[in-house]
Amino acid sequence: QAAWCEFPSRVLLVLTSQRGVQMYESDGSTMVFWHALDVPEHPAAHSVFARGIAAAGGRFICVGTSSGAVLVFDIPPKGSNVTLSEILEQHRDPITDIAAEQGQAPDGAGDLVTADDSGTLCLWSTGEEFTLLGKIPGSGCTCSSVTLWNGIVAAGYGNGQIRLWEAGSGRIRAQVSAHARWIYALDLAPLTGKLLSGAEDSFVHVWQLSRNPDTDDIEIQHCHAECVTDAQVCGARFCDPAGDTFAVTGYDLSEVLCY
Amino acid sequence: LFQTYNCLSDGEFQLIRQTLLIFFQDMHIRVSIFLKDKVQNSNGRFVLPISGPVPWGTEVPGLIRIFNHKGVEVKRAEFTTAGNYVTPQREGSFELYGDRVLKLGTNMYSVTRPVETHMSGSSKNLASQAKENVVPSPLAKEELNFLARLLGGLDIQKPAGGETGFRLNLFTTDEEEEHAAQTRPEELSYKVINIEATQEPGRRAELFRILGELEVAEPRPGSAEKGEDLLALMDGL
Repeated sequence: QAAWCEFPSRVLLVLTSQRGVQMYESDGSTMVFWHALDVPEHPAAHSVFARGIAAAGGRFICVGTSSGAVLVFDIPPKGSNVTLSEILEQHRDPITDIAAEQGQAPDGAGDLVTADDSGTLCLWSTGEEFTLLGKIPGSGCTCSSVTLWNGIVAAGYGNGQIRLWEAGSGRIRAQVSAHARWIYALDLAPLTGKLLSGAEDSFVHVWQLSRNPDTDDIEIQHCHAECVTDAQVCGARFCDPAGDTFAVTGYDLSEVLCY
Repeated sequence: LFQTYNCLSDGEFQLIRQTLLIFFQDMHIRVSIFLKDKVQNSNGRFVLPISGPVPWGTEVPGLIRIFNHKGVEVKRAEFTTAGNYVTPQREGSFELYGDRVLKLGTNMYSVTRPVETHMSGSSKNLASQAKENVVPSPLAKEELNFLARLLGGLDIQKPAGGETGFRLNLFTTDEEEEHAAQTRPEELSYKVINIEATQEPGRRAELFRILGELEVAEPRPGSAEKGEDLLALMDGL
């Protein structure tokens, strides 16, 4: 996996693999930091990898692992003095995705969400010490990707569903039969609340999230669908914070399609 | 099989699938049976249909359900896409023997296929027999048995009165052969020539005698090169 992590004073490119985590300067010139994953002496035929990257709290990079642990790295404003500040051990299944709050979190809603293979979601508040605010138990289906916006967790699942959860209470607020296959990518445009979902069924959908601050109604509407013929969509991202353009790529596709 | 794979989660299966996909990435080798079945495009990419049954446990896309803060469903909305999915009839069996429902894992070669030619004048109602055999094709078995009999090695007991054995068919399917036989003009009647292909003991003795004459001269012990030996063998014949 590869992700940009933006901070007030710098941007880092973070890569995860079966060996561990690497962090590079935004122009790719130098490797700032490298964290190797511990491989157990007698691996029980379970693969070891790091998966799930998010920048949180303006100074941390969180990376998930196949053991279910989330590594929290403290990033200095300059230089390579990155330290492992904390290891969060609330998940018992491999981490699939991590997302930080991209809008304005309501009080008590937390600013980080972590997801795993069993569909369990954990909500955290970031800081010197991360605090677990809530846990949404999974229903057996893998939560493959997750985003957090204005206290709404948008989660994509292996069975093609998108579910919206209220971060503060942990209650489900919407359930969408969005795709016919595994959802690979979810992205959110923070300025408008547009949600992008891409799945193996070769479809990409654009949705509109909304939250009424007075009534606290959370809604999701379908805006648009695109089909990339004969392609399993593996990546989908908005190209700008308003969500006016987005890019899509798929398995074995050497192109990135821009819409 | 059961032990290893039974306890894996969805995510772990997906990881196995992703690993396999990474292995095959960028290989666009075209396979003739895939191309024929329209499962693969001519550019090497596989066809992903956007219709048909969704996997068991997945819902047909189209429904949005909204809940209020008490968890009560308050609204339903629908959206449409270009896809045309349906719910699966039932879940496939996980028992050792059972109806799997899916076609994944079955033998693509066990279905008889009509050749894609256009025959002028003849009816187009020649449906192919879509026998999906789980056991190896009995035809293949008979072919091998016949070959063994020809070589004189195997003694096959023909079941009394049974019509087993290998019948040569110059047409693609049995129906075509029957159809051709029916439409054949009267004047071109043909005689059936019996080719005696089974072994009689007398003939076998004859063959052995011929084989005996094909005795190879013993290779000279002193010769070093393998090539020389081979030449000597050939000269001996």
